[in-house]
Amino acid sequence: MSINPDQVLDCSGLACPMPILKTKKAVDSMALGQILKMIATDPGSTPDIEAWTQKTGHQLVETEQDGNKFIFYIKKTK
Amino acid sequence: MAEQTSNRLAIIALHGTMDLAYPPLILATAALALDMEAAIFFTFYGLEILKKGNADKLQVAPIANPAMPMPVPNIIGMLPGMTAMATGMMNGWMKKANVAKLSELLEMAVEGGVKLIACQMSMDVMGIKKEDLIDGIEVAGAASFLNFASQNAIALSF
Repeated sequence: MSINPDQVLDCSGLACPMPILKTKKAVDSMALGQILKMIATDPGSTPDIEAWTQKTGHQLVETEQDGNKFIFYIKKTK
Repeated sequence: MAEQTSNRLAIIALHGTMDLAYPPLILATAALALDMEAAIFFTFYGLEILKKGNADKLQVAPIANPAMPMPVPNIIGMLPGMTAMATGMMNGWMKKANVAKLSELLEMAVEGGVKLIACQMSMDVMGIKKEDLIDGIEVAGAASFLNFASQNAIALSF
């Protein structure tokens, strides 16, 4: 993966709804166009981050899985 | 033409048990993360959630609850201490799954600007005073909730 995140947020171990709450807070604090790397272990975060980006309009650039970790690259678009 | 969407969530919280306190608070805080507005109208036993220092003390009822992970026959659930035992077990499972505490979700709801409305009528009926409830809420009636909900809100009741 060649994406270089501007910020990394580790939500490992957290259950719904904490990963999206923390993701929202992190993205709010970033500048337009920057990329957040978010790591979660909650399998529900895969559909939830997709839904979150769809609703908020931010862009889910890439997702990957590393063992039990789900990794999301989210670009702030607005 | 764009699909019609709603950016408001209006919830009624009627119950004061731990399991039924979670959905309103999870959905309302998640709504904030989705750039939505949210309101929760706390009525009757739902007011227990708003009592100062009470959110983490709410219990689960083993009686008439055949869906509990370890179902307790009603006749056993009636025995003294069974509610506390069921609550202790549930709290243990919640902690193991690293679910946020109700007090934490409530705090995030207040900080994030969820409109938390305590039902005036229920407070009068149950003898609850505004100073018994946490800060950052408003005390109002059905019209306040409906005014919020009528503006294209998704409405849910728990």
